[in-house]
Amino acid sequence: MDITFKDVSYIYQKNTPFAHQALDDISFSIPSGSFVAIIGHTGSGKSTLIQHLNGLAAPTEGEVMIGDFRITNKEKPKDMKKLRSQVGVVFQYPEHQLFEETIAKDIAFGPQNFGVADREIEKRIQEIIPMVGLSEDLLERSPFDLSGGQMRRVAIAGVLAVKPRILVLDEPTAGLDPRGQKEIMDMFYHLHQKENMTTVLVTHSMEDAVKYADHIIILNKGKKYMEGRPEEVFTQVEALNKVQLDTPEMIQFLDKFARKFKREIPFQKQTSDQLAKEIQQVLRGVESP
Amino acid sequence: MKKKLIEFRNVSFRYTDEGPWVLKNVSFDIYDNEWVAIIGHNGSGKSTIAKLMNGLLFPQEGEILIDGQAVNEETVWNIRRDVGMVFQNPDNQFVGTTVQDDVAFGMENRGFPREVMVHRIRKSLHAVGMEDYLLAEPYRLSGGQKQRVAIAGVLAISPHVLILDEATSMLDPRGRLEIMDTVQSIQKEHDLSLITITHDLNEVVQAERVIVMNKGEIWREATPKEIFSESAALRKIGLDVPFTTIMADELRKCQIPIENEPLNHEELLEELWTLHSKM
Repeated sequence: MDITFKDVSYIYQKNTPFAHQALDDISFSIPSGSFVAIIGHTGSGKSTLIQHLNGLAAPTEGEVMIGDFRITNKEKPKDMKKLRSQVGVVFQYPEHQLFEETIAKDIAFGPQNFGVADREIEKRIQEIIPMVGLSEDLLERSPFDLSGGQMRRVAIAGVLAVKPRILVLDEPTAGLDPRGQKEIMDMFYHLHQKENMTTVLVTHSMEDAVKYADHIIILNKGKKYMEGRPEEVFTQVEALNKVQLDTPEMIQFLDKFARKFKREIPFQKQTSDQLAKEIQQVLRGVESP
Repeated sequence: MKKKLIEFRNVSFRYTDEGPWVLKNVSFDIYDNEWVAIIGHNGSGKSTIAKLMNGLLFPQEGEILIDGQAVNEETVWNIRRDVGMVFQNPDNQFVGTTVQDDVAFGMENRGFPREVMVHRIRKSLHAVGMEDYLLAEPYRLSGGQKQRVAIAGVLAISPHVLILDEATSMLDPRGRLEIMDTVQSIQKEHDLSLITITHDLNEVVQAERVIVMNKGEIWREATPKEIFSESAALRKIGLDVPFTTIMADELRKCQIPIENEPLNHEELLEELWTLHSKM
C-alpha cells in the first residue's frame, strides 16, 4: 500500500490557549514495499505523524492517503476498521499492552477483533511464533512470566497476527540489549522482504536507519527537514548537525579520514570489510604515487 | 595504595530457594574514585550486582563489604548513605512535585537540617546543570533532564559510590550525552566511585575498568582496551563491540597490522597514519 501525505498539518487542541502545532505542512509519498525510517528529536512530530497512518489522528489540514483510504479533516474512511487491520502499529514498549492470561490468547486478541476465524488464527500463531523467535511450549504460559525481551516478542506477534500490509514500528528496540536489538530488527527486515510489506520505522538509531531503510525522512519541529536515500541524507553532515542529529558512525569516521589523509572515500552504505579494503587501497596508493 | 571501597567476596545469589543461581561465586573489588563499567547480556546478573551493593538484595552465600563494612540488615541504612543509585526509567523515580522537593526527599529521609538541605539542593542541582529548574515540575522535563535531577537527588546525600543502572537506556542520543557529560564533570569534582551498568559502548570505552558478566559469572575484568581486543569472544556471549574495534579487525584481515587496540576514531586514524608513513 502506498502512503501519501499532502500538505498535512496537525494542531493539538486547536482554538484553545493550549494549541500546539505538532505537524506543519508535511508532504511526502512512500511507494508500496518501501522501508522508511523517520528520524527526529523527541518533540519533532514523529509520534503524531505515525498516528496519522492508521487514523488515530486525522490531519487538521491537508490529506493523508493510505492505499485507497483517504483521511482529511472532513472525511474519514467509512471502513476505519479495515484500514486498521491493514496498518499494524508496534508502539513504544508494546509489552506494556499485554493483558491476557496466556500468550496464545494475547496473540489471538487482535485478529479476533478483526473477525478472523479461530482456525485461521490458530494457523497464524503457528506461523508467527517461530518467526518472532519464541517457542511453542510457551503458548499456554502467562505472558507476565517472561523476560522483557520475550514479552516484547509476544506483543509484536499480536500485531503480526492481524497480517497487516503496512507495519509501523515506533522505536521497537528501545531498552533491549544489543543482541536482542539486532534479532528484532533482523526479524522485521526479513518479514519486510518476505511479505513485501511497507515498513515505517521511527528510530533514534542512525545505524539502524542506514542499515535497514531505503528511504529516510527527517523531521524537525513538526516540519519535514530532509528526505531521500540514506546515502544522500546522511552525507549532509552540516545540515544534520544543525538540528543536533548525528550521522552514522561510519560517515563520521570517513569524514575524519578524509581530513587526515586528504583522500575522500565516498559513503555507499559499504560494509566494514568493504571499507577496510578501500582503506587498504588508499594506503597502498600513498605508497606508490 | 588505592583504597578498596567495594568488595565482593565469593558472592552467590538466587531469587528463590529452588530457583537458578543468578550470581555464582562472584568476587571483585572496586576502588576509591574509580569508574567501572559492568556489561553483559540481559539476564547475565549485572543489575543484581547493583542491587546487592546497596542492600536492596542480600546474598545467600559470600559477603559484600562497602568501605570495610559488611552489608546486612543492620548496616543497610548506613550503607545507603554511601551508595546512591539511579535507575533505568526516568518516570519511575520521582516523588516530589517540584525539582527541589524531589532533590530534598533523600535528605529529608535522613533527617538533614533545613539549612544544609537548602545549600545542598542548590549545589547538587548546579553540579548536574539544572540549577534553573528549582521550581519546575518534574513531569514537564525531558528524559535527560529527569535523569539529571535523579542524579542530583543522589549527590545531595554525598555518597561515595554512584551506580547508574542502565540510566541512559531510555533516553534519546541527546539525553545520553547530557548524562554522560554530567557524570564526567561530577566525577572530576567529587570524591566518588562510579559504576555504570550499561549496553552503551560509548559509556564502556570511557570507563577505567570493565567487568564483563556472563551467565552469573565474571567473564573478564580488565581495561576497555583489553576487553575489546577479544571482540570475537565478546560477540559469542551476545555483546557488541565498537565500530573502531570492528574496523581494526577488518583492517587486520587486509594485512594492515593494527597493533594497539584503538578505542576511538582518532586512535585508529593515528595508527593508520603511522603505518602508511612506514609503507
